[in-house]
Amino acid sequence: MNDKFEPKILGILCNWCSYAGADLAGTSRLRYPANIRIVKVMCSGRVEPTLILKAFQEGADGVLISGCHPGDCHYVDGNIKTLRRTPLVARLLTQIGIEPERFKQVWVSASEGERFGKIVEQMVEDIKKVGPYQKKMGDQLDVVMDEVAASAKEAAAAAEEKGGLNCGS
Amino acid sequence: MSDHKIGVYVCHCGSNINGVVNCAKVTEEIGKLGEVVVAKDYKYMCSDPGQEMIKNDIREKGLDRVVVAACSPRMHEPTFRRALEGAGLNGYLLEMANIREHVSWVTKDKEEATKKALSLVKGAVKRVKLHEPIEEREVPVTNTTLVLGGGISGIQAALQVAEAGHKVYLIEQKQYIGGNMAKFDKTFPTLDCAACILTPKMVDVGQSPNIELYTSSEVIKVDGYVGNFTVTVREKPRYINHDKCTGCGDCASACIMKNRIPHEFDEGLSKRSAAYIPFPQAVPLKAVIDDENCLLLTRKKCTLACVKACGAKAINFNQHETIHEFKVGSIILATGFDLFDAKRSPQYGYGKYPNVINGLQFERMTNASGPTSGHITLADGTEPKSVAVIHCVGSRDENYNKYCSRVCCMSSVKFAHLVKDHCDAEVYEFYIDMRTFGKGYEEFYNRVQEEGVHFIRGKGAEVAQKDGRLVVKAEDTLLGQYREIPVDMVILNTALEPRVDAEKVAQTLGISRSGDGFFMESHIKLDPVTTTTDGIYLAGCCQSPKDIPDSVAQGSAAAAQSLAIIATGKVKISPISASIDSEQCAGCQICIGLCTYRAIKLNEETLRAEINEAVCKGCGTCAAGCPSGAIKVSHFNDDQLLAQIEGVLA
Ligand SMILES: Cc1cc2nc3c(=O)[nH]c(=O)nc-3n(C[C@H](O)[C@H](O)[C@H](O)COP(=O)(O)OP(=O)(O)OC[C@H]3O[C@@H](n4cnc5c(N)ncnc54)[C@H](O)[C@@H]3O)c2cc1C
Ligand code: SF4
Ligand code: SF4
Ligand code: FES
Repeated sequence: MNDKFEPKILGILCNWCSYAGADLAGTSRLRYPANIRIVKVMCSGRVEPTLILKAFQEGADGVLISGCHPGDCHYVDGNIKTLRRTPLVARLLTQIGIEPERFKQVWVSASEGERFGKIVEQMVEDIKKVGPYQKKMGDQLDVVMDEVAASAKEAAAAAEEKGGLNCGS
Repeated sequence: MSDHKIGVYVCHCGSNINGVVNCAKVTEEIGKLGEVVVAKDYKYMCSDPGQEMIKNDIREKGLDRVVVAACSPRMHEPTFRRALEGAGLNGYLLEMANIREHVSWVTKDKEEATKKALSLVKGAVKRVKLHEPIEEREVPVTNTTLVLGGGISGIQAALQVAEAGHKVYLIEQKQYIGGNMAKFDKTFPTLDCAACILTPKMVDVGQSPNIELYTSSEVIKVDGYVGNFTVTVREKPRYINHDKCTGCGDCASACIMKNRIPHEFDEGLSKRSAAYIPFPQAVPLKAVIDDENCLLLTRKKCTLACVKACGAKAINFNQHETIHEFKVGSIILATGFDLFDAKRSPQYGYGKYPNVINGLQFERMTNASGPTSGHITLADGTEPKSVAVIHCVGSRDENYNKYCSRVCCMSSVKFAHLVKDHCDAEVYEFYIDMRTFGKGYEEFYNRVQEEGVHFIRGKGAEVAQKDGRLVVKAEDTLLGQYREIPVDMVILNTALEPRVDAEKVAQTLGISRSGDGFFMESHIKLDPVTTTTDGIYLAGCCQSPKDIPDSVAQGSAAAAQSLAIIATGKVKISPISASIDSEQCAGCQICIGLCTYRAIKLNEETLRAEINEAVCKGCGTCAAGCPSGAIKVSHFNDDQLLAQIEGVLA
């Protein structure tokens, strides 16, 4: 679409697997596009919709969430909670006009440096096709984002409840 | 709130960072930001002068926040935290920007790299403003150790911890300890007899008052953290009362299934009974009844010949599995390796031609107490007149394992010597490269060369059968010639691979594996013994293929790690934990179901949720799910993350 367009991607990576995997890409001197900015969380389960929305609000063209493979989460199953949250977040983003190419949730282990690089490469390519993210709602975006963030949390909460988790009243 | 005084330090890491990132420019730009009172770049921030620079600035310029842009925080965050603390500042008032692993090492274009580095540092500056001092939590250490796997490396680790006067639980999956080494006859490079050097150690394990040995056992659950693990172990029944069994083997001789079951310890070269003693030097030297083949246990019908034969009345078919729970301060993993299954490389005819065997089978054959009483024999009972050894089967091969298994060149040379010694047959070694790197190894290789062994440089490509004999086909790369060499016996020296249950064990213990499937160390060079989980250490072939000297050295190193935390008596654990603001909590209890560790409870009086910090691990999953935004995770709270996101995208 636009040759000069270099998408800005925010990567939120869990400390134990994915951040270490991204480190391994470095120690192995693998090259991948410089479009990604990495922020660390202890577990992918920490990633709440607000963080993702904030990124788009701040001008990101895409957001990548990465955690340990299912079964490998340092906190047993934080990533399973991520997994359940992902479709909700994805749906919410499409509802407010953010193309599916801009949001990706993956698993990268501490030994998958090469895979991490490839994922970033692919994502940059995909986002280049859809072009820069333009805040579609003008000045009102911030307000909408706040509302959406609140409703996302509720939706997520409702889903957890349906997931049969132990939560009462 | 008054302004902060932030110091930003950009490390060149020699040319590792500065060769790609324009550190001076990053420093200059960052210096323009508000609240940044010092911005400096320096060759090696982690060096003494680098750390001193930070400390001086804290003292002299009154810095209250520090950003270090350097390598991964996984490498040096503790170093710089200590530097802050050395100058009287809480270590958590530091933020690192990873401009080496995440920037200079992965980016070619200097301009792009500089831009990316600048964004990361901006994110760090924004974030650090919101940091709060956190006190590290110190907890007492349980002074016991659990060793998983009773091969030579686990035995070494267990004995060293026990000799220092501390309790060890040694958990072994098989019915005996000793691992693979127990199967050998001789060991390179000195050709000591394996039993002579291993048996005394096994006996020591059995007799040490500080070692509790559990065989036929496996770990099913691990809870807790460094200094305070709770490990659940399942012990399978042996159907033998250990206290009564004298190890005489009368049950084995009487068993109806005698000579009908392929014996694993002899790599299938002999047959055993369903009631049997694994091998003559086994520790513990007790019989075991194999529940997969015992007629009573499988078909509920047998004459009970074993029970009648046992004078000690040790057989007890009513035994059940037992679950044990151990509280330990640290865990040493020494689960070893599996041998590559040569059937996966069908071109060598393993499993098809009876005289094609693998290395462990050859080891059993040469062992005086083995299936052939130490004679090298063909399937028809005669001695071979020529033997081929093929190196690298399943190793250094894109189709199976890319790595070199490290011990096979040397064990192949050992095989050649043993053949010469036992039956004076011609020996042909097919190798890709000869790797004899250890102490005394090259000398051993030279000695065996002089014994008249034929070394052929070229990977054995195929084993075929021609006129009743085996033929090895290979490209001799030194002669530049294709060769077909007829032999009577072929020994396939197969790869050392991660254990079949490595994935399960890694998940149970919460550790990582490297790309090759072996357990992953914290740092391949500087920390090859610890894992990324504090308090869990590695020894022997479970980390990577290695020989006995290296396995023993790593076993000792792992023991030293366990002893070190016992000696300090307490350990620091991550102070990152979540807490709930009772004003904001709506009492919906969603968080309670999200916490795997059951750290959250409802306060029945206030009807608000509360987190038990001692149990909380700080993953932050609850915070992400709380609809009221009532949960704050220290060092990873919303404001800090949002500020960082804003910064890196600016
Ligand atoms: C054919 C051959 C010949 C060799 N010859 C020599 C030689 O001459 N000299 C030399 O220096 N090296 C030699 N080696 C290398 C040597 O075998 C290894 O260095 C050594 O066995 C490594 O010891 P280890 O304790 O790490 O593993 P292992 O010997 O594999 O022992 C691991 C132990 O852990 C147990 N275990 C596994 N999983 C679990 C679990 N989940 N729970 C509980 N227990 C578990 C296993 O049953 C086993 O007892 C040879 C290797 C081969 C294959
Ligand atoms: S999820 Fe939030 S509001 Fe609900 S009980 Fe937990 S802390 Fe309170
Ligand atoms: S941060 Fe994780 S461990 Fe702590 S209370 Fe929340 S969910 Fe449980
Ligand atoms: S720690 Fe990596 S996803 Fe939970």
